[in-house]
Parts: sequence; C-alpha cells; structure tokens
Amino acid sequence: MEKYNFNFNKYFKIFNLFSISLIVISLLLLIFKGLNYGVDFKGGTLIELRSLDNHITISKLRQSFLNMNLGDVNIKEFGKKNDFLIKFEKKDKNSNLINEVKNDLEKLIGPGFEFRRVENVGPKVSSELLKSGIIAIFLSLTAMLIYIWIRFEWQFSLGAILALFHDVVLTLGIFSLFALEINLSIVAAVLTIVGYSMNDTVVIFDRVRENLKKFADINIFDLTNKSINQTLSRTIITSITTLLALVSIYIFGGEILKGFSLAMILGVIFGTYSSIYIANPILILLKVSQKTIIKEDKN
Amino acid sequence: MLYFSKFRIISIAIFTIIFAYLTTSNFLKFDDNFLNKKVNLGLDLQGGSYLLLEVDNDPVILQRLQNKLSSLRKFFKDKNINFKNLKINNNSISFELDNVFVKDFISILEDKESNVNPYYKKFKSHKFDYDVKANLFNLKFSKYGLIELKNSSLDQTLEIVRRRVDEVGTNEPNILKRGNDRILVELPGLDDPMRIKSLLGKTANLTFRFVVQNEETTFGTEKISFEDGSEEVIVSRRVIISGENLIDAKPVMDSQLNQTVVTFSLDRVGAKKFGKATSAGIGKRLAIILDGEIISAPVVRDSIVGGSGQISGDFTFQSATDLSLLLRAGALPAPLNIIEERTVGPGLGKDSINAGILALIIGFFLVIIFMIFKYKVFGVIANFALITNLFLLVGILTLFEATLTLPGIAGIILTVGMAVDANVLIYERIKEEIKLEKNNIIAFDSGYNRSKTAVLDANITTLISAIILFFLGSGPIKGFSVTLGVGIFTTLFSVYFIARLLTSLYVTKNKNKENLI
Repeated sequence: MEKYNFNFNKYFKIFNLFSISLIVISLLLLIFKGLNYGVDFKGGTLIELRSLDNHITISKLRQSFLNMNLGDVNIKEFGKKNDFLIKFEKKDKNSNLINEVKNDLEKLIGPGFEFRRVENVGPKVSSELLKSGIIAIFLSLTAMLIYIWIRFEWQFSLGAILALFHDVVLTLGIFSLFALEINLSIVAAVLTIVGYSMNDTVVIFDRVRENLKKFADINIFDLTNKSINQTLSRTIITSITTLLALVSIYIFGGEILKGFSLAMILGVIFGTYSSIYIANPILILLKVSQKTIIKEDKN
Repeated sequence: MLYFSKFRIISIAIFTIIFAYLTTSNFLKFDDNFLNKKVNLGLDLQGGSYLLLEVDNDPVILQRLQNKLSSLRKFFKDKNINFKNLKINNNSISFELDNVFVKDFISILEDKESNVNPYYKKFKSHKFDYDVKANLFNLKFSKYGLIELKNSSLDQTLEIVRRRVDEVGTNEPNILKRGNDRILVELPGLDDPMRIKSLLGKTANLTFRFVVQNEETTFGTEKISFEDGSEEVIVSRRVIISGENLIDAKPVMDSQLNQTVVTFSLDRVGAKKFGKATSAGIGKRLAIILDGEIISAPVVRDSIVGGSGQISGDFTFQSATDLSLLLRAGALPAPLNIIEERTVGPGLGKDSINAGILALIIGFFLVIIFMIFKYKVFGVIANFALITNLFLLVGILTLFEATLTLPGIAGIILTVGMAVDANVLIYERIKEEIKLEKNNIIAFDSGYNRSKTAVLDANITTLISAIILFFLGSGPIKGFSVTLGVGIFTTLFSVYFIARLLTSLYVTKNKNKENLI
C-alpha cells in the first residue's frame, strides 16, 4: 500500500542509544569546552577591515595590533583574501577607541585600508543580550510544549520537546566542538530550527493521531512506523527544498550569513532525524494507544 | 475544496496584482505617486551607524539629594525644628530630630499635599521612602521616585541628543527611548560616526568662574587644570554664568588673533550678571570651564555689558564649530555613555545586498527546478504559487514600509525553501488518496481536506518562533522575524488560493486522466 515501507522502529533502540550518547557528548562539550561567544555576548570590539591594495598581510596586521596594547587580539581572514576580521576585548569607556585604532594603524602600516564594519558592545549590553537569547530559546521551547499539549496530548508534547532539545543541544554541541562563533544571528537560527523541527514532528504526529483513530488493532510500535513511512516522502522533499535554500545562502549569501546558515543546515538535518528517532520512540515508551486519543475526544 | 466562485477568483487576482505592483515599485520608478512606497533598507544593508547610549544617573541622584538636603535645612530652620547631623551618605539623607518633633515630622512625610515628600498620584507612591529609628531619620528615593527621576533626566537628555544630532545634519536620524535610561540613535548612511560620538559623549557643562589666589571662604574653591594639562589653578566655586544663560554661540575667525574663536550671546539675566561680575573683577582672570576642564582663563580688561563675548582657546575651526554646536544645543543633565555601537560602511552594505539577492535567485531556481522535476505540472503550479508568494511577501513589506535587513533577506530565502512544504504536504496526501479513490476530483478534494491540520500546525509552529524572535530580537534579527512571520501568511494564501485555484482548474479539465499526479 505505502510507497515506502522501511522498518524504522526496528533500529530505534540503537539510534536512541546513539542519540543519547551524542546529547551527552554535546552537553559535556558545552560544559567543559564551552561556546565561542562573539562580541554580541562577550563584549568587546569587532572590526572588519578591507585592504585596498595587497600590501597588508595577516602577519603585518597581527604585528601592528600587538603594538597597540589592546589585550588579546584575534585576527583572521574573512572570506576574501583582502578582508580581515579583528576582534579584541578592551574594556574601557573610551568612545574614541575606534578612531585611535584607525590612526595607530595608519601610522604602522600606512593607509590603503578601510573599516567596513565596526561593532563595539559594552559588557552590560552583552550580558543582557546573552540573557535575552537564552530566555528566547527557553520561551520558544515552552511555547511549543504548550501548543502541542493543546493540539495533541501530553505524551506528544513530551516527545516533541525532547526532539527539540536534542536538535538545539546537538547544534550547539557542533558549534562548541569546532569553536564556531555564537552571535545574535545564531540565536535566531536556533529559534528557527525550533520552529522547523517542530514543523516536521507535528506532521508525523498528525498522521499518528489520524491512524490511532482509524486502527484500533495496530500497536503503537507498528503504528508510528506506518505513520513515518506515510509521511516520509514529504519529510524528505521538504528537507531537500529547505536545504537547497540554505545551502544557497551558505555559499552565496556572504560571510555574515555563513554561521547562521550553517546552524540552520545542521538544525534541519538534526530536526528531520529527531522527528523520526526521538519524537516517535517517546510515544512508544509512553504506551500511547487509541485510548489516549479517545479520552481526549470525550473531554 | 476545489470549487471557486467567479467572485472569489476575481478577488484573488486583484489582490495579487496589487501586491505585485507594490513589489515592482521597489525596482522601477513610477511617475504617478499612487502607492509610492518602498521597503526600508536596514542599517546593515544601506550602511550607517547604530548607537545605544546610557544615561549615568548617579550624579543626578546625588545632586537631587543635595538639593533636598538644602531645602530640608531651610525647612527645619523656618519651622524652628531642632536638628543635627544632617548629611548624605550612601544615596540617602540622614538626620536626627529632637524627640518632640519626631511624630510631627513623620506626619509631614506622610502628607500627600506637602512638598517635603511629594506624592505621585499616578504611581500611588511618595518620592522618598523613609525609616525612623528612635529620632534618627533616613530618607532615600522610593522605587517610583527613582523612576520619575530617571524618566525626567531621560526626557531632557533625549531632547539635547536630538538637538545635537539635528545640528550635525545627518539624513533621517532615528532617535528613540529604550527603557528608562537608554537612548537609541540610528544614523543611516553615516559610515564614520566619530564626530557624532564625540559630540554625544560630552556633557557640555559650561561655567564662567573667577580664578582666585587663595582660599575663598564663602563659596569654597577647587583646583582645576587646563584642557591641555599645561597649568592648574584654584578656581572659586561661585558660578558667574553658565551654559544655561547662553542663547547663541557660533565660530568666528578672529583676524586680530588670527585664530578661530567662539562668540556667544547671553540672555538678559546672564548679560546682567556677566556685566556686574566683569566690572567688579577687572584685572582678575576669568576661567571658562567646560566639563571640569579650563578652556582658557583670560584676564578681564573691561566690563562686558553688551551681553555677548567670545571664548578663545586652542581651537581649530572644526573644534570651534563643535563647541558652538554643543553650547547651542545645551548641556546634558547627566553624563552619557555609548554602550553599544554598530557601524556598517556603505561598501559592505552594497556587497551584502548583492550577495543576498544572488543567494535568493539561486536558492529560488534550485527549488523551482526540483519541484518541476518532482511534480511536473503540479510542480509548475506550486512554483507559480511560490512566485506569487514572493511578490506578496515583498509587497506586504513594501506596504508597511518594513525594514529589510540582511537576515531579513535570509528569511525570504528560507521562506522560499519552506513555502513549498505546504504544497508538498498536500500533493503527497493526494497521491495517497488517489490510490484509494479512483475519482480524481474526490481524491484531490479529500487530499486537500485531510492535509489541512498538518499544514496549519506546521505553519503555526514556525509562526510562534517568529513572534518570539520579534519580541526578543534586536535590529537585524527583528527584520528576519518579520519576513519569516509575514512569509507564513503569504505562503498560506498562495497555497490555498492561488495553487488550489490552478490545481482545481487543471483537475477539472483532466478529471478522467489516470495517474494525474
């Protein structure tokens, strides 16, 4: 009858073990290695510098910035060969800092560069941004929990939220592992991941609920498997189109959107996986049956 | 689900055309002014500066407490209340009263009509909280007293900031209050905010005070150094005139000195005071002090009665212009700190737009090609819906003159990727239904019906994320949440009206065809 008939649930124990160990590894990374916060969350100064001729090299820049006493300076190439990203964390209230850096740099390596972007975030603002970012993520998780609870039953809600937790933790885990920068746009990406992953989970849950009503004799193990198979082609196609859009942003959208689109790409992959291997096994564990749904209708 | 009345078809068409028109008005110049609207570009796309300023209220609080202290002293003396140890420490005023007065004074503090402790009706609170231990009083700002103070100093600061920014003459600055001690300044098109930053960073508190030789007793003295650090002199605390007395200031080239000076004119009160002080103080040095540093301290040679004068110092034309500007705009009630700055140069903004549009076009074509490959005719229908979706989305952003940011463009691209989801859900469902039901029309109808809850739920979850982002995000991120959120509505419209209409037309024509989808 169905186009696909994979036995997903046959492997769910192995995959659950796999997921749990990935979550544990990610949490350990987050606790012990931590995240590489950008100036948005750590405070400090970021300068995107473009060299207008070829005489400025990364080693020259490094040398010059070392002479300026700005504390720990981090310099890297940014996309093109002539673009550099400079970050430092000098904590003082000198509103003239950027101009001084510009003048010093002109003295040390001569003109022929421009500041394409300057970001300067004070310690108070950065800690507020971090706080509101964390609140936003928890708020969205809670909102989803409540929404699914209202639309379905608490068992579904629990499954969905664990799947979301998995996606968020794994995405952040990868960012921690490769020391990728966490800034405001990554928080936006994480929130969008929450929406996307939920989207995926809800479509399968919707089918599970429909099948629960239809088939009283099929146990939840086979029933979730059937539902996943029925919605599988949609799951794949939507993941593909979303990934096509995201990969296009990643490759062509410029350096500023790289981190954002990478986080989203990871999130879409984890989100698709978790709808199948996290959200549904929870329904099995919680022994969801037709009664769960019928009870809902009576109320 | 497949039936459309003529009226409905026409409404859909008109609606779509209006938004398509709005979208194109961003790229083409129409001569008529009907709906002459454009999407605003965010600072990250057009270049510009974003500054977040915070008012440092501590000096204001201290000053207000000092004022209160003097007025309390006067009040006690007038009412013959014996007091001692009247002083300020730790942002509170403390004093001791003779036991007989304690009860009376408490009732004065509680009195809603009295000026000693003013009562705010709107907050249902007094300005000061107090506690009494035996005969020792302790007065400090109540929660609402502090809010009132912060609000009023923020209002004043906002006004001064606005004047200073306006005087510099940047195009369309955006100056807004944030919370009760912050001001957001957005300066589109400004790639070097250095001048504005230095102007906003100055309190511009100007005073004229005499230099004295030895300790003067009535007003007290303080040591103040020159701006260039060359000299340190003792200056009386008595203020002859201050910036408040100035009505105008401008930079002028003084041909005798061969340098730029700042000339100023005083209001009536100021002119009178200035005349009196200068005639009494011929031969003395008059220090001109700005923000705790002496600009210059010329010797008074003659009494100045005309109400105007000039400040000479080590000025360049630029610094004289800036000083005049600051003096015209007035002093800030409290120091202002720049706590966040984000500046994007016009070059980067342009590059970001180009990169964003390139990514949009490529992402769009990849999705379109994939859909045609996967669904053939229905892929074309879904793509048509997708294109209308884009027009609607940009059209709505234009209609509300929303701000488009780089993450906002990413939101549009993401909408392209996710918008087809609704059609995919529907088509996949129809494919299932067709296996059970031979009649194409019935199969399509139930396909649409049965997929409805999934489509709605899936879109509402994304909408929830977008709403949370909108309320907690700032600047560019807000732009992302707006496009993502609006994109959900346009997606639902294009899927349920445009794509369904086209599907219905196609299916009705080919109702007997097998393997239709």
